[in-house]
Amino acid sequence: MLSVRVGAGQGFYGDTVDGALDVARSGDVAYICFDALAELTMAILQQDRMRDPARGYARDLPAFMEALLPLCRERGIRLITNAGGINPGGAAAAVRDVARRLGMGDLRVGMVVGDDITARVDELRAAGTPFDHLDTGASLNEVRDRVVFGVAYLGARPVVEALERGADVVVTGRIADASLFVAPMVHELGWAWDDWDRLAAAVVLGHLMECSGQATGGNFSGDWWNVPELDRVGYPVCEMSADGVALLTKPAGTGGRVSVDTVKEQLLYEVLDPHSYINPDVVADFTSVRLRDVGPDTVEVSGVRGRERTASLKAILGYLDGYAGTIMIGYSWPDALAKARRTAELVDRMVERAGLAPLEQVVEYIGHDSVHGPAAPEPDDANEVMLRICARFATEAQARRFPRLATPLGLNGPPFIAGGVTPPQARTLLGTWPTLVGRELVEPGVEIDVAAAGEAG
Amino acid sequence: MPRTVRLAELAQARSGDKGDLANVALFAPTDALYAAFVREVTAERVRAHFGRYVRGGVERFEVPNVRALNFVLHEALGGGGARSLRSDPLGKSYGSLLLRLEVSVEDAEMEGIPPRHPTR
Repeated sequence: MLSVRVGAGQGFYGDTVDGALDVARSGDVAYICFDALAELTMAILQQDRMRDPARGYARDLPAFMEALLPLCRERGIRLITNAGGINPGGAAAAVRDVARRLGMGDLRVGMVVGDDITARVDELRAAGTPFDHLDTGASLNEVRDRVVFGVAYLGARPVVEALERGADVVVTGRIADASLFVAPMVHELGWAWDDWDRLAAAVVLGHLMECSGQATGGNFSGDWWNVPELDRVGYPVCEMSADGVALLTKPAGTGGRVSVDTVKEQLLYEVLDPHSYINPDVVADFTSVRLRDVGPDTVEVSGVRGRERTASLKAILGYLDGYAGTIMIGYSWPDALAKARRTAELVDRMVERAGLAPLEQVVEYIGHDSVHGPAAPEPDDANEVMLRICARFATEAQARRFPRLATPLGLNGPPFIAGGVTPPQARTLLGTWPTLVGRELVEPGVEIDVAAAGEAG
Repeated sequence: MPRTVRLAELAQARSGDKGDLANVALFAPTDALYAAFVREVTAERVRAHFGRYVRGGVERFEVPNVRALNFVLHEALGGGGARSLRSDPLGKSYGSLLLRLEVSVEDAEMEGIPPRHPTR
């Protein structure tokens, strides 16, 4: 039966390129897909672009291409990445630069734009898109004047078109994570766009692979202590057959583990209603997925059912929501927690006397309750506790003053401080506003450009 | 005989973020324990267990094909990853917080469950 082998090359902005290199060397794949984007990443890239309009794409994209293109070119492996972030044009130009430098003027680089709706928010509202908050139902009016970016999640179709037009590398913006992987499967296996079960199978595999090592033994909550060589975990590789049944595995000679137990954790990662996993091209039913151990580090994925795609696309708007300042001071035994608590009280009084006006504040005692919060039991006399106070202010100036208040406590506060870091800069806070936008308002504006590296200016 | 056991002794879990929502998936190793989790680990209990971390509601979805319960925690990440003031802005640790929960299980439901032994 016709099949295609697709590998994962990246799970987040900041991932290592080693996983992708192992997939290229020994994964026997025809495609490698790179998911560089998360909601948080969009916010980071937006801040980059606010500082420099030439930015806004993942800065490590050129380094990834430099490392991968020679081998992938030799083996005919095609690369698909959403590292274009909110500037796919800039990203594609950067890839062409790398290709020319490597003497690959004939490398065809495809680019997809049209997901960026930042400049269209008011136009789209006038056209009948309310942009109400997807979870709370709140009106966008609450934050409209502070919105700094907006993207709609596109599906696999424009990527498939770029592949049809011969792109060796496809660079996109906010293509849905799983859709990066759906595209080569549809392209190679010739599935129709209303073949919901097979599209859903592709989405499931894409979803399993999009976080790189998290499907192959990373972050595994079972017997993690037995998972071998996580320092060189193999990134996921899948062989998808034309009937929608897939094998999930990893390159030979790499670390990690692929089993039903490692894979099922990733199946539900960042999933809301498992009956309706909404992708731009299909609604997948994750309760239909059958996972089976069929060999060493090999899991069969079958049985996936899908339903017709939705009329809307998901969109995310980002809005400015103040500035955070952070204080961190460590205390040592004895009475470490009591000392940290006393310091939190001292800081409160200093804040008041200084006339600062925090809008919101989180006090954490790292080593005691920073992760389990309300469920953390009172400890016996802890060896050490790190006090962390993070406060949100309306102005950057206040957020910068806040950590400075605590500096004198190194000499003036409770005894036996044990380090601490108080970053003097304020952090700009970006709220995310999940919402919906009509497909018909976005998709006609999507453009695909494919050009050889040598031809670019 | 029923006994009280922490989920960490029995289950796998993974958590993640979607804006200000977090999800926590809880995986049972056997059919018997899956049935016990369905009975014991209700949305209400999870809501109470997470306390001030969750300002909205908690929904529970049954995923029997992988013997899992998927919990969706609304308004649970301090406004979302790029907005949160917390040291775990993405709720990566929420899975372990759920594993701290204690449940009541019958001896028969514990059959075939090996003791959990991390390397220490």
